[in-house]
Amino acid sequence: MSDKLPRLEPAGLDGWIVRLFNDIDEANLSWLAALANRCRTAFGDALVDIVPSYTTLLITFDPLSLSPAEARDRLMVLLDDLEPDTSGVAGGQVHELPTWYDPSVGPDLERVAGQTGLTIEEVIQVHSGKSYRVFALGFAPGFAFMGLTDPGLDCPRLDTPRQRVPVGSVAIAARQTAAYPAATPGGWNLLGRTCARLFDRQREDLSLLKVGDEVRFVPVSREEFERQGGDITPLEERP
Amino acid sequence: MTDTAIGVRVLRAGPLALLQDAGRFGVRHLGVTQGGPADLYSWAWANALAGNRWGAASLEVTVGGLELVAEKDLAFAIAGADLGATLDQRPVPLWERVVWKEGQVLRFASPVSGLRAYLSVRGGFAAEPVMGSVACVMREQLGGFDGLGSKLQTGDQLTVHPAGPSNNTATQQAPSGVRPDFSLEPVLSLLPGAQIAEFSGQSLYDAFNARWKVDERADRMGVRLTGPRLDCRVRSLISEGINLGSVQVPPDGQPIALLNDRQTIGGYPRLGALTPLSASRLAQCKPGQEVRLKATGSGAALQEYRAFRARIEDWV
Repeated sequence: MSDKLPRLEPAGLDGWIVRLFNDIDEANLSWLAALANRCRTAFGDALVDIVPSYTTLLITFDPLSLSPAEARDRLMVLLDDLEPDTSGVAGGQVHELPTWYDPSVGPDLERVAGQTGLTIEEVIQVHSGKSYRVFALGFAPGFAFMGLTDPGLDCPRLDTPRQRVPVGSVAIAARQTAAYPAATPGGWNLLGRTCARLFDRQREDLSLLKVGDEVRFVPVSREEFERQGGDITPLEERP
Repeated sequence: MTDTAIGVRVLRAGPLALLQDAGRFGVRHLGVTQGGPADLYSWAWANALAGNRWGAASLEVTVGGLELVAEKDLAFAIAGADLGATLDQRPVPLWERVVWKEGQVLRFASPVSGLRAYLSVRGGFAAEPVMGSVACVMREQLGGFDGLGSKLQTGDQLTVHPAGPSNNTATQQAPSGVRPDFSLEPVLSLLPGAQIAEFSGQSLYDAFNARWKVDERADRMGVRLTGPRLDCRVRSLISEGINLGSVQVPPDGQPIALLNDRQTIGGYPRLGALTPLSASRLAQCKPGQEVRLKATGSGAALQEYRAFRARIEDWV
């Protein structure tokens, strides 16, 4: 595989992956945003979907309008003098997610503390002490992969994922953090729960968080969490 | 929604019947999957034969067990798998338009060949779109008749759009050559992807020469294939967007072809992606069935796909 970047990689009859970077970095986001904007203009109605992720964009197009070669040629032109979209990043929304950190809804707090050598209070402090960027959405509608967490919070995924993680659960794994927009299976370490509505089909833009957004978890008391509509039902662990 | 009326009542839901239009597009960046018919080819023909335009919502009936009664006079076409469908206990011809009189019971029994049958009623089934589509994705709780991603339930009343005047009254039967023979061993066309050179020579030989068995772990998200272990120098990638038909190879060396309800991003290396029509063909394979893979070029794949779409377009 050639290491020269950017690189176009075939992704089926109606897709190209544009690889802009090799490594995860917050600075990637402004380049990816710029390319996504250019694609929307250049492909117009022939564009089907753009899936941004950490280092790449997957572009899918209508193969009745464009051949793969024609789509590649368009992308090559767009890459030619690409500049990072710093306005897009500055315009990336800032979100504060009220989060109740508590072992009843964050059943991995204690184990994470043990694994990282921190106290539970320190885990909460470190996790809520910095803001994160949204690198990608995936896994489930509105599920935002955010990072990077403090190296001191680096924890592997669970060996065996849980069958059901409650909606709003705030979690970490491998220097990333996320909040579950719906109850799904999940293998991340649960620290608490947010009352923010992360995915709402009634909302015009559906997902609260978008790639490039900035997110901060704000610790709130149980009372405040409940007052804002949070569900305090403890996670039931089946033996 | 205008002038829709109850057209069909579900007497028995069977294991899995889902409402599917062409799929949900323009929302993949939010982590929302595509949905839509796992066998796009048969779905498109069912609609064309029923006299519907591209994109009309049909029922994807997996395995069978579904019983429906018409609440008014309708017409339908079934394409895809032969699930032993009967209308008032008489066998229903597949791949052609059939009159469905009020009170007649349409019953899908069990697979004779193939796995998924598409039932299109003239006018198309009607439901409120969610994010531009009625495609039913149970995992995401999106689409379907209730908008919440529910499969058909016994007792459901299904609404149908009124049918416009038919502009195709003469030929309502698919011409020969259109109807696939699901009893033949499928040879699935794969467009090689960026990591193909990272697989060992032996693995590449095996990938395109071995017979791959469709595993029990096969659903609308993906179909796992079992056979010789494929070794890739790259064990995992930073997660990136995954297109329909992508064939990913996790560290256990057993490929998974990703279908309509796949996760939108993932980090396993890929052999490449099946062509749309090969993904359709794979969706008709039952666990235990064997398939082969062959590498193809984008020129041939594009020609095949455009010919299919042109034929459907000419039909309606």
